[in-house]
Amino acid sequence: MRLEGSQLGWRYADGAWLFNDFSIALHSGEVVGLVGPSGSGKTSLGRLLAGYMKPITGTVILSGDNQHKGSYHPVQMIFQHPERAVNPRWRLSKTVTEGWTPDEALLEALGIQKHWLQRYPNELSGGELQRCCIARALGPDTKFLIADEMTTMLDAITQAQIWHTVLDIVHTRQIGLLVISHDHALVNKICERTVNFA
Amino acid sequence: MSQLAAVQQGKTRNGWNVRKRAYVSATGAGLLLVAIGIGSWLLGSAGLSVQLDNRNLPPSLAHLFGTDWLGRDMLSRTVKGLALSIQVGMLGAACSVIIAAVMGLMAATLGKTADRIITWLIDVFLSVPHLVMLILIAFVCGGGLKGVAIGIMLTHWPSLARLIRAEALQLMSAEYVLVSRKLGRSSYWVATRHLAPHLLPQLLVGFLLLFPHAVLHEAAVTFLGLGMSPHQPAIGIILSESMRYLSTGMWWLAVFPGLGLLATVRAFDKLGHYLRQLVDPRNAHL
Amino acid sequence: MPLLEVNKLSISFVQYVNGSVQQRITVVEELDFAINEGEIVAVVGASGSGKSLLAHAIMGILPKNVETTGSISYGGELLDEKLLQRHRGREIALVPQSVSFLDPLMRVGKQLHTRADGEVQDKERESLFERFQLGKHVARMFPFQLSGGMARKVLVSTAALGRTRLIIADEPTPGMHPDDVAEALGRFKQLAEGGCAVLFITHDIEAALQIADKVAVFYAGEAIELAAAEDFQGQGERLRHPYTKALWRALPQNSFEPITGTQPARSSDVQGCLFAARCSSYAEECKAKRPDSREVRGGMVRCLHAT
Repeated sequence: MRLEGSQLGWRYADGAWLFNDFSIALHSGEVVGLVGPSGSGKTSLGRLLAGYMKPITGTVILSGDNQHKGSYHPVQMIFQHPERAVNPRWRLSKTVTEGWTPDEALLEALGIQKHWLQRYPNELSGGELQRCCIARALGPDTKFLIADEMTTMLDAITQAQIWHTVLDIVHTRQIGLLVISHDHALVNKICERTVNFA
Repeated sequence: MSQLAAVQQGKTRNGWNVRKRAYVSATGAGLLLVAIGIGSWLLGSAGLSVQLDNRNLPPSLAHLFGTDWLGRDMLSRTVKGLALSIQVGMLGAACSVIIAAVMGLMAATLGKTADRIITWLIDVFLSVPHLVMLILIAFVCGGGLKGVAIGIMLTHWPSLARLIRAEALQLMSAEYVLVSRKLGRSSYWVATRHLAPHLLPQLLVGFLLLFPHAVLHEAAVTFLGLGMSPHQPAIGIILSESMRYLSTGMWWLAVFPGLGLLATVRAFDKLGHYLRQLVDPRNAHL
Repeated sequence: MPLLEVNKLSISFVQYVNGSVQQRITVVEELDFAINEGEIVAVVGASGSGKSLLAHAIMGILPKNVETTGSISYGGELLDEKLLQRHRGREIALVPQSVSFLDPLMRVGKQLHTRADGEVQDKERESLFERFQLGKHVARMFPFQLSGGMARKVLVSTAALGRTRLIIADEPTPGMHPDDVAEALGRFKQLAEGGCAVLFITHDIEAALQIADKVAVFYAGEAIELAAAEDFQGQGERLRHPYTKALWRALPQNSFEPITGTQPARSSDVQGCLFAARCSSYAEECKAKRPDSREVRGGMVRCLHAT
C-alpha cells in the first residue's frame, strides 16, 4: 500500500501558508522521518495525512484502500501529549479497547502492566499513557502510523523503550511509519530516509 | 539554615473535605424537599381557610408559626407557599437547563452562522438585567403561574448556554474525540460515550445553581405583584402582604416564611457550589 | 552559602480513593537541593520524578490538594509566604511551562514590566525582543494572540538583568525553533554571568548540557545524583548513579539502548533504593534502606555501589 499526499497546502484562517505544493509518499513497511522546526506545520501535515483535516489544496490518496468510510481508519496517528488523547473520565481499559481489543502479547511487548488498565489517566505518567495510546492505534487494520513528536515529552529511557517496541511491530507487520520530530539525532537513528520540512 | 519549619503547613483539614460537604448538603437539601412535600400534603388545606376567631395570634403550640389577620395558619401557608415556589422554581430551572443545553449544543455543532446568531442572542439576554426582563415577560404573559414560569425559563438560560457551548466546542476538538472517530466509532457513539458523560454533570450543576435563583426571582416578581394571583399562597405574596402588618408588631408573618425561603435557597446553592467544585478537575481532590 | 537551599522537602497529594475517603500520596520525599549565585543547575528526570513540583514548591504555586513539609530558604532567610510575596516576579522569576501562567487580560508588555524595573530593564527587554525577532507590536498583544513559539520567547523575557537573582525555568525550550533555543539558552547564560542563579528544569539532557554547570538527576521524587556537566560524555563512565548512566546511554545520539521497567509512581511503595528493581548492580543490601547521599568524585550520589 501507499499513502501519498500530493501538492498539499494548508493555512489557518487568513494566515500565511504554512506549506504549499508539498508532496510526500510513504510505502508499507517503510520508516520515514519528517524533520523541521516547530511551528513550520509538521503537525498540520500529519493531520492531513491521517485524515483529521481536509487539505485546502492538493489531495491525500491511500492506494489499495477499499472503502473504510465510517469504519476503522487504516492511517492512525499518535500525538505529542498522550494525556490529551485519552478521555480523562475513562479507565484505561476502556480507552485501549476503543477501536479493537489488543491481545496480551502486544500489551506485554509495549510494557503495559495489567493494573494500569484499571486506573484513570491522571494516575499514570506520560510514558505509561503513551504506551496505551500506541496499543490503541495498532489495530489489525492499521496500515500506516503517523507519530507526531510521539516521545518529545518523555525521558530518554522511556523514549528508547517505546521506539524499540514500535519499530519491531512496524517491521513484522509491514506498517508504514512516519516519524514527525524536531530531533535530528532520533530521526537519523531510526529512519530509513528523511524528508526535510521547511 | 537549620530551621525545619514547614514551608506550607498542611492546610487546615478538619476531616471535612468537599465530597463530605457535598454529601451532607445533598442530604440536607433532600430532607428539606421531602419535609416540604410531605408537610404540604399532611397539613391539607384546612389551615388556609379564613377563621376570624383566630386572628393575629402569635406563635403557639396550636399555631407554630402564628396566624395572620384573617386567622389563617401561617405554618400551612409557609409550607404550601414554599411548595408552590419550589415547583415554579423547578419547572423554570429545568426548562432553562433544557433551553441552555439545546442552544449551547446547537451553537457548537450547527456551524458558524448558527453559532453567531446564538452567541448574539446570549449577549442580548445577558446585557439586560434579569429582573427587568423577567418582569417584562411576566407582564406580557399576563402574570400568574404561567407568566412567572415562562419568564424564569426565558431569562435564566444564557449563562449556562454559553458554558455548554464552550465545553462542547472544546470537547469536539479534543484529540481523544477525534481519535475515536478514526477508530471507527460513529458520531452517535462519540456523543453518548464521550460528550454526554462530560456535559451531563455540568447540566446537573447548572440546574442546582439555577434552581435557588429561580425560586428567589419567582418570589421577587410575586412580591412586586406581577406574579401569582393573591389567592395562591406563594411565598412572595405572603411576604408582600405581611409588609403592611409588620409595623404593628406581627413579626411572625414575615420571619418564618422568610427563613423558609432562605433555607431552601441556601441549601440548594451550597449543594450546587460543592458539586461544581468537584466537577472541575482542578479542584477534584480538595 | 547557597542562594537557594531546599531542605528535606516532601510533597504529598491528597486524593480521593473511595467515596469521601482521602489518601495522602507522597511523590517527593525528603529532597535536598541547593543552588549558588551565578550557577546554572539543570534538573533532569522522567515525568513524574518531581522536577516540576520542586519549581512549583519554590514559587509557592502548588495545587490546593498538596501538603508539603521541610524548608526552603532563600539568601539565608526562610522563604515563607511573606518573603515570596516580596520577591516573586522580581528577584525570583519563573519561566513557566505554558502561556496559561500569564494574566490573560493584561497586555504582554505591561506584564513583563514590574515595579522594580527602571529604564535599564525596559531597554534590555526591548533589545531582547529585537533579538528574538518579536516586533514592537508584540508588547501590545494579549497572551491569547501569541503563537506557541512567540509565547515561549515572551516567557523567557520575563527575567531581567539587575533585578532577577534567581530564575526558575520549567521546561522552557520544547516547541521552540533551534535558533531560538540557542538564543534563550544564551540569555540564561548571560544572566548567570551577571550573578543570577538559574534552575533549569528539563527532560532534554542535550539542551541542559549546553549551558548547565551542574546537572541534578531526579528519580521518583528524589535527587539521586548531582554531577558536573562535563561528566556527561563518552559512554557515561564518569557518571555515578546507574540510572544516570542508563539515561545517558538511552539517548539516540549515544547507544539508544533502554533499560527495562518503569519509575515507581510513589516512593512509599518501595523499601530501600528506589532504582533497585531496574538496577544491574543490584545487591541484597540495596533493599534494606534508602541509600543516603554521599560525595563521590566531587559530585553527590545516592547509591551504595557508586565509585
